[in-house]
Amino acid sequence: MIAERIQPGRYFMMGNEACAAGALAAGCEFAAGYPITPATEIANQLAKRLPEVGGGFLQMEDEISSIAAIIGASWTGKKVMTVTSGPGISLMSENIGFAVGVETPCVIVNVQRGAPTTGMPTVGVQGDVVQAKHGSHGDYEIIALCPSSPQEMFNYTVTAFNYAEKYRIPVFVLADAFVGHMREEVIIPDAETIERIYRKIPVQGTDPQTIRGFLDEDVAPMPIFGRGYKAHVTSSCHDEAGKRNLIDVSSLDLFVRRLSNKILKHKEEITIVERNYRDGDVVLVSYGPVARAAAAGAELAREAGIPAGTLRLATIWPFPDHEIERMARRAKHVIVLENNLGQMYPYIKAAAARYVDVSFLPPKFVGQIQDPEDILRRIREVVQ
Amino acid sequence: MKEIVHPLHRFIRPSVTSTTNCPGCGNGIVAQSILRAIDELRMDLDDFVFVSGIGCAAWIPSPFFNADVLHSLHGRPIAYALGIKMGLPEKNVMVVSGDGDLAAIGGNHLIHNARRNVEMTVICVNNRIYGMTGGQAGPTTPRGVTTTTTPYGSFENSFDISRLVIAAGASFVARWTTVHARELTRSIKKAIKKKGFSFIEVHSQCPVQFGRKSGLNGSVQMMEDYRKRSIRVEKAADLTAEQLNGRIVVGELVDLKKPEMVEEIQKIRARAMRRPQ
Repeated sequence: MIAERIQPGRYFMMGNEACAAGALAAGCEFAAGYPITPATEIANQLAKRLPEVGGGFLQMEDEISSIAAIIGASWTGKKVMTVTSGPGISLMSENIGFAVGVETPCVIVNVQRGAPTTGMPTVGVQGDVVQAKHGSHGDYEIIALCPSSPQEMFNYTVTAFNYAEKYRIPVFVLADAFVGHMREEVIIPDAETIERIYRKIPVQGTDPQTIRGFLDEDVAPMPIFGRGYKAHVTSSCHDEAGKRNLIDVSSLDLFVRRLSNKILKHKEEITIVERNYRDGDVVLVSYGPVARAAAAGAELAREAGIPAGTLRLATIWPFPDHEIERMARRAKHVIVLENNLGQMYPYIKAAAARYVDVSFLPPKFVGQIQDPEDILRRIREVVQ
Repeated sequence: MKEIVHPLHRFIRPSVTSTTNCPGCGNGIVAQSILRAIDELRMDLDDFVFVSGIGCAAWIPSPFFNADVLHSLHGRPIAYALGIKMGLPEKNVMVVSGDGDLAAIGGNHLIHNARRNVEMTVICVNNRIYGMTGGQAGPTTPRGVTTTTTPYGSFENSFDISRLVIAAGASFVARWTTVHARELTRSIKKAIKKKGFSFIEVHSQCPVQFGRKSGLNGSVQMMEDYRKRSIRVEKAADLTAEQLNGRIVVGELVDLKKPEMVEEIQKIRARAMRRPQ
């Protein structure tokens, strides 16, 4: 079955197609979505490929039902995903909190586009990165990965499924129109070299009364439906057994903390970064396709004799403050680059500013990734 | 002496010892009808996955039924139920929720899954008001009724939910009230066995909110009112719309045979899997 899901080889492939290929490689069985630019190629591809491997894709009446349907399917033990862009994420927001609250593995691909509101659908921006963390109400943690190439659309979609299954949480692939529509070489490896993680479930035949299927900081086994576990799954405040408690504030505290700690406790193993800096460098911190410009800018600086390096965040949530601190202790100056007006900048600054000066280089136009020459100019300014 | 135990007690989750329903609520009658139907069909609760939304009626399966239960977001139970049916096509998926949950905030999922004719049973407990939040008007509240959000009387037209679901394409639709417990049980049995989207609207008394606001007060008076106003669908066929004004048309309104979506997907999957890649 896995063999039919993975067609190894070297391809010239669009990022969105690579994302769909990654979903298949990771073992995605069910996907649901609603048409939206610039994410449609992923849905189109899944609609064609999932039935071929025994799965299914449903085009739903809206994004709310899209994520609700995948959450329902995830509770039957299936690996699931939905794909959309910013407007769809806004509609899904309540359900993202639901999936966090009842610890449902699912992958959410957001191919970000010019925003706010209807915005400019075919232009890539990084406008939804804080929304990914804080879009739903209440305190919670989430995982978000930022690919910067079609190859990473494949790789990080696989990783997103693995993290979702391992930590029982929605995982974002935060792409954008640039990386989604970019065509580049994509290498799809042999099936046996791709790691595939499946969620833990209670041992078959376990007495339902003894199952503790929720609120374990080391991830409880998921009492999926249809196996006789008699799971009571409620998004109301509940205890480890899933029993609702709407009276004790201490149970709310436990509900909030355990869900957050489940992710924060494992932050270091969730964090993927690319460190390319040395002591005394001007370090450019970025994520997604902006990292490509940052790498080019650092290269220009080095050619001009200025020590410069990069730190690329592939995991932006949980926020890798430990990596920022580690870099900040060694850097001469930190420049944050994003294709927005500075969304991760306050977080990066908060972690780095006690060690080093931190500044932000916005794009010349939101929706246009920084020019390496402009980056070089900024580097020259900060070293003077 | 042997302890007297309710014959349906074995269906109740052992950890649950009390109910949150108000005195006189119709939820108990609906819950019993569902469990009696399952019992009479000689089925087990493990044959089912229950999904409910938010509102008083959503508390019928959650946490009381000793089964897989997803107590979900307001308005969305049918959307989760679709995903569950996709994953477990051999299980019976039953949604139990209220008129506000299914026809106001969740109206889109109701009509689209009726259109898709996805095999599931949807029990809509229609008390014509928002009970849990303190008696606000909903899309089923009759004109003129004073509620907490319509202090000058409701000025909106109200939904006939069953007719809406019929128009959307459901293959089985029945409407009863809580005075028709036996008929309701029979229809639930049919709905469970139906290959397609089956919808049962149950008019159910909320003496605490709708009762006070409509001046009917008390569940006995409300049920007497149901009995008085109910008319069988067969008899209603001979009456004009004007004559039916204020009446509750009860009975099995639609029972059709038409393609069911999950089965259609399975056919497509079989075709796609044969196709050379």
